[in-house]
Amino acid sequence: MELAAAAALGKFIGAGLACIGMGGSAMGVGNVAGNFLAGALRNPSAAAGQTATLFIGIAFAEALGIFSFLVALLLMFAV
Amino acid sequence: MATEEHSEGLAFHPMDQFIVKPLFGGDEVGVLTVTNVTLWMAIAVLAIIALFVLGTRGRAVVPSRTQSVAELAYGFVHKMVEDVAGHDAVKFFPYIFTLFIFIVFSNFLGLLPKAFTPTSHIAVTAVLAMAVFLTVTIVGFVKHGLHFLGLFWVSSAPLPLRPVLALIEVISYFVRPVSHSIRLAGNMMAGHAVIKVFAAFAPLVLISGVGIAVTPLSILAITAIYGLEILVAFIQAYVFTILTCVYLKDALHPAH
Amino acid sequence: MANTTETATEAVGEAASHAAEAAGHAAQSAGMPQLDTSTFANQIFWLVVALIVIYFVLSRIALPRIGGVLADRQRTITSDIAAAEELKAKAVEAEKAYNQAIADARTEAAKIVAEARAEIQKDLDAATAKADAEIAAKAAESAARIDEIRAGAIESVKEVANDTAAALVAALGGSADGASVATAVADRMKG
Repeated sequence: MELAAAAALGKFIGAGLACIGMGGSAMGVGNVAGNFLAGALRNPSAAAGQTATLFIGIAFAEALGIFSFLVALLLMFAV
Repeated sequence: MATEEHSEGLAFHPMDQFIVKPLFGGDEVGVLTVTNVTLWMAIAVLAIIALFVLGTRGRAVVPSRTQSVAELAYGFVHKMVEDVAGHDAVKFFPYIFTLFIFIVFSNFLGLLPKAFTPTSHIAVTAVLAMAVFLTVTIVGFVKHGLHFLGLFWVSSAPLPLRPVLALIEVISYFVRPVSHSIRLAGNMMAGHAVIKVFAAFAPLVLISGVGIAVTPLSILAITAIYGLEILVAFIQAYVFTILTCVYLKDALHPAH
Repeated sequence: MANTTETATEAVGEAASHAAEAAGHAAQSAGMPQLDTSTFANQIFWLVVALIVIYFVLSRIALPRIGGVLADRQRTITSDIAAAEELKAKAVEAEKAYNQAIADARTEAAKIVAEARAEIQKDLDAATAKADAEIAAKAAESAARIDEIRAGAIESVKEVANDTAAALVAALGGSADGASVATAVADRMKG
């Protein structure tokens, strides 16, 4: 029983730690969007053609955060 | 199990909204059982038919309101396919359009209160992502044969680096369907769960005095998150579609 | 909330035992409905049905129709633009013709004005010349009359002088014939 309680404790702590990764992904997404905005303000005429690239970049940066979200969920509910 | 540790009447069940349950009694969910998944997918299909078949019935040169919405969606996806995947990808347009429209309608219908969101389930998005992955891989090998493997051999890199890069490229290629499906399901699930968590705080005013401050705040938060979710519902469908186009471009033009 | 540590540990213990139990029967009641594999077959089946229905409805009916409408509209717009271009060209042509007509009318009017002016000038010249001639004739006549009158006056003076001289001679007791008197008078008058 003690062991099971320790395992549960570890799971919750691990899930919390995994959520830190989402913060990193948030910084990445913010970085992509901010740099896009900086470039777009510098050259607004070229910005419209690059929105697709923007979303692809955001999606790739976000994917890694979602992996840590997934790890957290798996720890909480599946392990 | 985390949901069981509530106290004094506040009920946190953020995941209950995702439970698949049979519509007409019974507990067992067999393959053919009519469940809430079936219901909401059917609603999505009917809405799609209403918009794209009944809405465009007039074939008017000067469009009605519904027809112009249908034309807007058509033009949006068509342009995306052409711009991102290239001109020869247009023959995959109905396929990509089907995915896009299904995801958009599922996401938005899922935002209705009491609704069920099929796209928040990993099983559903995994099927969508695997369909894209298999299509892309098969198209790549059919069109280019073994040259398609050149996608992993970065010929512009220095020779000693190439095997390492090839390993990375192969891994990232096989991670694609995983990230593709979990991104969509994770976003939808997270948003809905957050709304549910805030909603669970709302009845606090009935229980304790702190609720006078907490209840309005939670209602405000629900409203704000709901607005964000409307944005996310569209953006995730857009991202799913545009990534499909990007993968398709890799299959059609594997030049690295 | 969490009034005693006792209940908390109890809850954790319960959760842990629950987890052990859940591992037994495939995460049935534990947490995420998304990981409940017993519903996967059902969801996938209905998803495939829905996707096939949507695909066929869209690719057989909706998309060709919308594509057709868009192509139609494009064609209509193109032909409308062509028609508009044509009309515009026509308008330009008409404007050119109009300007031409105005220019023509203007030169015509200028010509007519010039002609009229020349005619009037001619009439005027003729009238002036006639008037000049009349005036000259009148002046000549008047001059002739004046000369005549002047001559008449000199004659009268001569007569009067003759008569007066004869009368004077007679009054002074001399006698003189008319002829010598006249010569003398003429001499004096000349002198």
